[in-house]
Amino acid sequence: MNKLQLNGREIEVQDSDLSMTLLRFLRERHFLYGVKNGCEQGLCGSCTIVVDGKAMRSCKFPVQKAVGKSLITIEGMEYPDGRVHPIQQAFMDAGAIQCGFCTPGMVLAAYVLLLENPQPTREQIRKALRGNLCRCTGYQHIIDAVELAAKIMHDQGLPVQAGCLQGQSA
Amino acid sequence: MTTEKNYRNDAYAKVSGRAAYADDVNFAGALHMVPVYADFVAATNLQIDCADALRSPGCVRVLTAADVPGSCTYGQIEQDYPILVRDTIRSWGDVVALVLADTREQALAAAALVKVTATPQKPLLTIEEAMDPYARVIPSYGNSNIVVHHAMRHGNPDPEFAGCELVLEEDFETQTIEQAYMEPESAISVPRHDGVIEIYGSMQHPFSTRRFTAAFLGEPLSNFEVYTIAVGGGFGGKDDTAACVCARTALAARLLRRPVKMTYTREWSIRESYKRHPYKLHYKVGFSSEGQIMAVQAKILADSGAYLSVSPWVTWRSTAQCCGAYSVENVHADVYAVATNNVFTGAMRGFGSPQVNFAIEQLMDMAAVQLGIHPLGIRRMNMVKQGSRTVTGQLLDNHTVSLEEVMNKVVHEIGYRKKFEQCSRGKSEGDTLYGIGLAISYRGSSLGAEGMDFCTSIINGQYDGSILVESGIHENGQGSESVMLLVLAEELGVNLKRLRYRRGSTSNIPDSGTTVATRGTIMGSSSVLIAARKFKELLAGHLAERLRCKPEDVRFHDDKIWGLSFDYSLTWEEAMKELFLQRVTPYAFGTFQAPDVSWDDTTGQGNAYFTYVYSCQAVELEIDKKTGKIKLLNIVAGHDIGKAINRAMVLGQMHGGIAQGVGMALMEEILRPEGRISTLNFDAYKIPRTTDLPEISGIIVENHDPNSLTGAKGIGEPALELIAPAIANAVFNASGKRFRSMPIKINPEDLE
Repeated sequence: MNKLQLNGREIEVQDSDLSMTLLRFLRERHFLYGVKNGCEQGLCGSCTIVVDGKAMRSCKFPVQKAVGKSLITIEGMEYPDGRVHPIQQAFMDAGAIQCGFCTPGMVLAAYVLLLENPQPTREQIRKALRGNLCRCTGYQHIIDAVELAAKIMHDQGLPVQAGCLQGQSA
Repeated sequence: MTTEKNYRNDAYAKVSGRAAYADDVNFAGALHMVPVYADFVAATNLQIDCADALRSPGCVRVLTAADVPGSCTYGQIEQDYPILVRDTIRSWGDVVALVLADTREQALAAAALVKVTATPQKPLLTIEEAMDPYARVIPSYGNSNIVVHHAMRHGNPDPEFAGCELVLEEDFETQTIEQAYMEPESAISVPRHDGVIEIYGSMQHPFSTRRFTAAFLGEPLSNFEVYTIAVGGGFGGKDDTAACVCARTALAARLLRRPVKMTYTREWSIRESYKRHPYKLHYKVGFSSEGQIMAVQAKILADSGAYLSVSPWVTWRSTAQCCGAYSVENVHADVYAVATNNVFTGAMRGFGSPQVNFAIEQLMDMAAVQLGIHPLGIRRMNMVKQGSRTVTGQLLDNHTVSLEEVMNKVVHEIGYRKKFEQCSRGKSEGDTLYGIGLAISYRGSSLGAEGMDFCTSIINGQYDGSILVESGIHENGQGSESVMLLVLAEELGVNLKRLRYRRGSTSNIPDSGTTVATRGTIMGSSSVLIAARKFKELLAGHLAERLRCKPEDVRFHDDKIWGLSFDYSLTWEEAMKELFLQRVTPYAFGTFQAPDVSWDDTTGQGNAYFTYVYSCQAVELEIDKKTGKIKLLNIVAGHDIGKAINRAMVLGQMHGGIAQGVGMALMEEILRPEGRISTLNFDAYKIPRTTDLPEISGIIVENHDPNSLTGAKGIGEPALELIAPAIANAVFNASGKRFRSMPIKINPEDLE
C-alpha cells in the first residue's frame, strides 16, 4: 500500500489516486479546502503546500511523487488544540489578510522560508514569496507579517515547526 | 475597548484555511457543469450538436439557449449580455452551451464533444473600424456602434486657446486590463424543499446576481436566495460574468432538480469575464504663462467590447473627472464608448478615472517643463480648493477640500523637492537613471449621479445580550463586515465580542445596491449608525425607569448601559432580559440615503458627487540604462478618507490599489489578436509579484466628512487611480522620455 504523511498522520493512498495532482487529491479525497486552486498551472502559488520541508505547487505535483513523503497543508500549521501557529498569528496581527485566497499559500511559503532562515531580511522575504501572487495587499503587510513572526518566534524561543508536528512529539 | 484597529471577523478562518469559498462548498449529489465556448469572434446562425456529448460517459444533460425559460440575455443597463447565446456570437468569450455530468472530468470530456457550427462574420476589433458609418452594427439594441456619448460643455474653450502662452495637444492610450482576482468564478446552486433555489457563489453583488438569475429563469426575485460566502477578491470584476455563472447553475439546478456546481478555470475566467476599458484620449490644453489652465478640449474613446455592461457609468465618471483634480473654467469634453467584437469591458476598481488621470497628470508635468514652472507649483495653482467650482460646476463647500494638505504631506514625506532636483533627465554617470514623479487626484465618492444611492442595515439584539448586525454591503475580502462591526461597537459602547455579523442573503435584507464605487464604508457604516441610534433610542425608552433617569439621559459605554449617576447601570444581559420581560423586540432597521446629487446630460453639468476623496501619490524609480528595466524604489501615498475606521485595512487598501496601479503602469495587458485573448493565465498576463514592488508608505489624512455619518469616506478606488501617471512622470524625470501609452516599456536604444 502507498503511504504518505499528511499533517503528521500516516495516510494510505489508493492506486487509482496516484495519477491525480496533489491539489485535487487533498481537496477531493481529504477535504483539505485550504489548498486553493488559483490557476492550476503552477503560476500563482495559491495551492502551495510543504513537501518534505520544501514549498511545492500542489497543482503540478502528482500524488505518485508524494508517496513516502511528509506533507503539510495550512490545516496542519495550527496546534492540535486549535491555537494558531505564530506565523498565522502574525498574519492576523499585521493586517495581512484581505480576501484570504492567497493566504494559505503565503503562510506556507513563509513557513518554509523561516525553517531555512529564521531571521530573514525584508529583501529575503520578498524573494522567498516571489512565487505567490496576491492581488489585494500589495504584499506590504504580508512582508510585515513574516518579519513579525520571525521576531516573535526568536524573542519567545518558539519553534518554527508546524503545529501538527509539534503536537505529535509532545 | 473598541480600538482594535486591525480587527477582522474573518481573519482566523482565512489564516487557518477554514474559510469556505464557493468551490469549497459542497452538497451531496451535486452535478458538475462546465461551459462550452465556440472558436468564433463574430458569427451568426449558431447550430449546436450535442449528440456525441450526450453519449459521453457520465454526461447528464447539455443545456443550450433552447432550454432557457426566461431571457437568454441580461445586463445592468441594456439587457444584451448573453448568459447563453441563442443565435449570434459577438465575442470570443460567449458561452453557447453548458454540459452537466456526474464528475467535472466527465463534464470536461463531454464538453469537448459538443459540435458548434456558425456562419462567421468579419469581426470589428478596433474603435476606428467600429465607428465607420458603414460598419456592421454589433449591439442587439440601437442602431450604432457608438453606444455611449457623454458631453461636457463648461464655458467655451475655443476662443481661449489663441490667447494662451502654451497649448498642448497630446494623445494617450491605455490598455485592456484584467481584474485578476485570485479566486476564479465559481457557484453552486441548491434546490430547496420550498421551491427556492439557494445560490452560493463567488460574486461581488448578491442582489445583482439575483437579478441576472431571475431574468434568466423567468421567475420572481423571491424564488432565489443568494448567500454571501468568502469571496477571493473582486475589484469590480465579479459582477456580470460572475452573476451569469451563478444564474447558469441555478437554471441547471431548477431543470435537473439537483445541486449543480460550476467552477471556472483561470483560462475561462480571463476569456469570458469583462475587462477594464482601454481608452484613447486626445487632449488639447491651453495654459497662461503663469501656468493657469485656461481651456481644455478632450475627446475620449473607450472600447466597450461586444456588450454594454456598465460602460455608460464608467465613461460618465471619466466625463465628470475629465480634468483631473483641477478647476478649469472652459472645458468641452466628449466621451464615447464604442462597441466592438472584443471581450466586453465593464467595472474595474478605478472605473474610468485611471485612464483620464494618466493623461491629465502627465499633461501637468509636460506643461510645467515647457513653461519652466515647478510641477508642484502648477498643480497648486490649478487644483480644487475650499470653495472651488469643479468642471461640472459643483461648488466644493460641503466638506474639507484638502488636496493641497494631502499633496504637501506626501511631498514632505518623500522629500520630493530635493529629489526632483536630483533627477537624471536622461543623463547619469552610472548604469542607472534616477527619477521621482507624483500625481494628484480627487475622486467622487460612491455612485454620484450614476444611480440611486441608499443602503440598509439591521440590528437584531438577542435576549442574552449578544447582538447581530447585517448590512446591504457585501464582503468581497476588503473587510466591510469588520468595518460595520467596529462602527457598531463604538456607537453602542460595547465590546466587539458581543457582536456578530449575520451572514447575508438576498432574502434577509433589502436590496441596497451593489458594493462598488468605494461606497461600502460611507454607505454601509452610515446605515449601521442610523440603525444603531434607533436601537439605542428603543432601549433607552424601555430602560430609563430601571436606570432612574429620563430616556434622553441613558448612556451606552464600557459595555454597559448607564443612568445619570454611576449608581445605576445595567449589563447588556440584564438590559436585554428586561426588554424580554416588557415583551419588546430589541431590533432596529436603518436606511441611509446618500445626499442629493444632480446631473444635466446635455451639458455635463451638475453636482456630480456628494463628496470627494483627495489623493496624492509619489514614486521614486531607477532605469537600467542597458536593459531599460524600471525598478521602483519607494512609493508614498496620501489620501484624505475622512476618517479611518480600521487603520490596518485602510493601509492594506492603499498598498493593494497601488500594486494594481503599478501593474497597469508597467506590466499588465490583455492581448487579443484577432479578438482571441492570448494572455489567459499568469504566465502571459503578468501581475506584480513581491519583487516588483517597493516599500510603500501610506499617509492617512482625516478631515471628518460631514456627509458621512461616521465621517469616513472610502479608499478602495482612490488608491489605484493615480500611481500610473506618477510612474510615467518619474520615468520622464529619469530618462527625459515621455510615455503616452501603457504598459510603459523602455527600449534601451531610446535612452541613448
